[in-house]
Amino acid sequence: MSEAIEFLPPRPAVLSRRTAIIADLTDLLPAECVIHEARELVPFETDAFISYRRLPLAVVLPKTTAQVAAVMKYCHRYGVPVVPRGAGTSLSGGAIPQEDAIVLGLSKMSRILEVDYANRTATVQAGVTNLNISEAVGVDGFFYAPDPSSQLACTIGGNIGMNSGGAHCLKYGVTTNNLLGVKMVLVDGTVVDLGGKHLDSAGYDLLGLVCGSEGQLGIVTEATVRLIAKPEGARPVLFGFETSEEAGACVTDIIGSGVIPVAIEFMDKPAIEICEAFAHAGYPLDVGALLIVEVEGSEAEMEATLASVVEIARRHGVKTVRESQSAAEAALIWKGRKSAFGATGRIADYICMDGTVPLGKLSYVLKKTSEITDSFGLRVANVFHAGDGNMHPLILFNANDPEDAAKAEAAGNEILKLCVDAGGCLTGEHGVGIEKRDLMRHQYSDADLAQQMAVRSAFDEGWILNPSKVFPLDGRPAA
Amino acid sequence: MTLIPHTETDAAYVIRNAAAQGTRLSLCGGNSRVGFGNPVEGAEAMSSRGLSGIVDYEPAEMVMTARAGTPVAEIEAALAANRQMMAFEPMDHRGIMGTSGEPTIGGVFAANVSGPRRFVAGAARDSLLGIRFVNGQGQVIRAGGRVMKNVTGLDLVKLLAGSHGTLGFLTEVTFRVLPVPQSIETIVISGLDDAAAARAMASALSLPVEVSGAAHLPQTVKGRFVGGALPEGEATVLRLEGLAASVAVRAEKLAAVMKAFGPVSRLGQDKSVTLWREIRDVHPYADGTQKPLWRVSVAPSIGHQLVAALRLEAGVDAFYDWQGGLIWMRMEADPEAELLRRYIKALGGGHATLMRASEQVRAVTPAFEPQPDAVAALSARVKQKLDPAGIFSPGKMAGAL
Repeated sequence: MSEAIEFLPPRPAVLSRRTAIIADLTDLLPAECVIHEARELVPFETDAFISYRRLPLAVVLPKTTAQVAAVMKYCHRYGVPVVPRGAGTSLSGGAIPQEDAIVLGLSKMSRILEVDYANRTATVQAGVTNLNISEAVGVDGFFYAPDPSSQLACTIGGNIGMNSGGAHCLKYGVTTNNLLGVKMVLVDGTVVDLGGKHLDSAGYDLLGLVCGSEGQLGIVTEATVRLIAKPEGARPVLFGFETSEEAGACVTDIIGSGVIPVAIEFMDKPAIEICEAFAHAGYPLDVGALLIVEVEGSEAEMEATLASVVEIARRHGVKTVRESQSAAEAALIWKGRKSAFGATGRIADYICMDGTVPLGKLSYVLKKTSEITDSFGLRVANVFHAGDGNMHPLILFNANDPEDAAKAEAAGNEILKLCVDAGGCLTGEHGVGIEKRDLMRHQYSDADLAQQMAVRSAFDEGWILNPSKVFPLDGRPAA
Repeated sequence: MTLIPHTETDAAYVIRNAAAQGTRLSLCGGNSRVGFGNPVEGAEAMSSRGLSGIVDYEPAEMVMTARAGTPVAEIEAALAANRQMMAFEPMDHRGIMGTSGEPTIGGVFAANVSGPRRFVAGAARDSLLGIRFVNGQGQVIRAGGRVMKNVTGLDLVKLLAGSHGTLGFLTEVTFRVLPVPQSIETIVISGLDDAAAARAMASALSLPVEVSGAAHLPQTVKGRFVGGALPEGEATVLRLEGLAASVAVRAEKLAAVMKAFGPVSRLGQDKSVTLWREIRDVHPYADGTQKPLWRVSVAPSIGHQLVAALRLEAGVDAFYDWQGGLIWMRMEADPEAELLRRYIKALGGGHATLMRASEQVRAVTPAFEPQPDAVAALSARVKQKLDPAGIFSPGKMAGAL
């Protein structure tokens, strides 16, 4: 197992008080809300970034905001690090604990508190899963728009932490564009409400700052999110192209033409082969790249939009066009794409990158990406949200071979630097976590980072919230 | 005298000196919103209008980068040439504020200025992808980028948007743009009172027809729109945009459902364009007076209840945008700040911003909704981290901000 990424050294003062801390937490919370037996801590030692793991000091699973506040007040007083956790699906290590930390899990706070159709909002506890919201309001013709691939498992609290996106955010935006308010416990246990069912802030946009802050500004316990009326219908079309370059140019032209599809997904040849072998979605195997373009609306609208999209694809020499004629065909087109990560996981271990690049640079970055992985002797499959330039190269490797794992990590770093140099950023929707922490200086100047860290300190002077994440370990402000 | 730096380096130099000497600076763009926010004593004006021009515009990528002092008119012209627009419809405040001057793109984002499409397409802050600014120590800071999805570090972009020049001096902004819809139609439902209008709008927004504007114009203001061309009675107006064929189909569907609420008519493309621009710019209250004007944001279903409650105790004229959640409210005499803010709290929360009033009224009325203590304290700590010397318009937004 590779261990290139460092964690902060555990605070000896905390480790030495382990027994007392556990006893105190047990006083603060019901017995079933505190976990401290080594065997029971194992499920919390990592998240979906599985190359790194650390056993926490203890895990607490509070049931109410008041209990969260009590835990924070205690940890703040004694300087105990706290790592918030939703479902533990982070791909960047955002929920990986450390030896001196309490994992604060929100899984017991999983109730939908209110659905308000007149104002098109849902107010939910932070541990509610993303999909639960859409399922709860679906029968009444509404949905919650951000749809990360892990939406079956991931929680709204985690989505807020990472400002999660998904395939459909080309049209509807990411979490921050769909979040109206939060109830949040500050580091010292104070409870604040930011936003609500109304729009915009009376003062500074602290809600906007909190979204995507990776659990470093406070613990969100409730959220009010925007609901949207479900479109009448949605229809994907599948395009096969000879080369990735043609597919990339087609994406740019679709967006530039004034048509905004609800999703544009891209798969390169390796991804097509992996997904087809697994899902039997009927993907063409004689093409170099594939696009899935989804439009939505009334029949008339879908007809008109699809016609213009198909015409653009033809101008780019599209080789295969498959329009879905039924719900079953539509589902089949999506089936391969949606199983991409699972299918890849069956043939090899992989790490999933998350850089975002300007649309005009897609083809260039794809080409360079395969050059980079080739130079490390690794395979790469690309399957990603092309409409917004959010790339997800999957670097395949063998986790049992430390040398291979180190190579994969190094190749990943090169690819992310490439994204930044092309005018993009390190992460579009997975977050920095520990994975990209040490690359932050490639994107930001020292002054940029110092300013972000200063603002972070305004919320958490002692840096006890998720302390090993996001910002490089050296050059942090003195606590 | 106004300081007008012509380079970012000059701006940083001026600010560094001001911080060292404790000179207060009142940051602005074209001054079209002068008179907004709490008055700040003894501050020297510093404008971004010397930093002007579009830096980069890729229509195919739907992204523009411009220096903060670029006139909004120049941006809109460049976008229009490519049939694109700012989806958040920034309003022009000159009418209601009685100001002149050229609105700048930096000012739009500093004040998070959004129009009728905001409740479905997001505010200015949602379109803002990246910024460059000078903080209170005279350091040039870059935040965000030029891509739509970006969760790399803390989102200082959103923090600066809507901070009204109290956290930093914007020098450059990068924002997302969208295609201009091919076709626009407005469905008008006539004769509804405020409560019935709220129900009609909520019903319209629950249909899969993608309403992109929902306003209610009571009798007192209705005649001021589209040269008096709206039909008899109060007007509840719903906007549809998109491909012509699609708008036609959706308009049929929407009209069929809205018939249950009252007589339905259509406005057509040209009048629709005028109507929504006038709603955006709060045309009825661009009246050349100093009568207190409030901009109130509450949950859409609450708007009409708030106005009804206030009417029992004060002289109020009002109309509604954002499905009823944005209320433009003109007080006939006293601003009634305490009464208004008490009712907002009682009805479930929101905020009222005093957009316009006489100098005497402004001197004693907090322009922004006072925040709960914990949030105010947190905001003050944030301000301290960006502007440690407290030189950027201290007090403009609240006591410490």
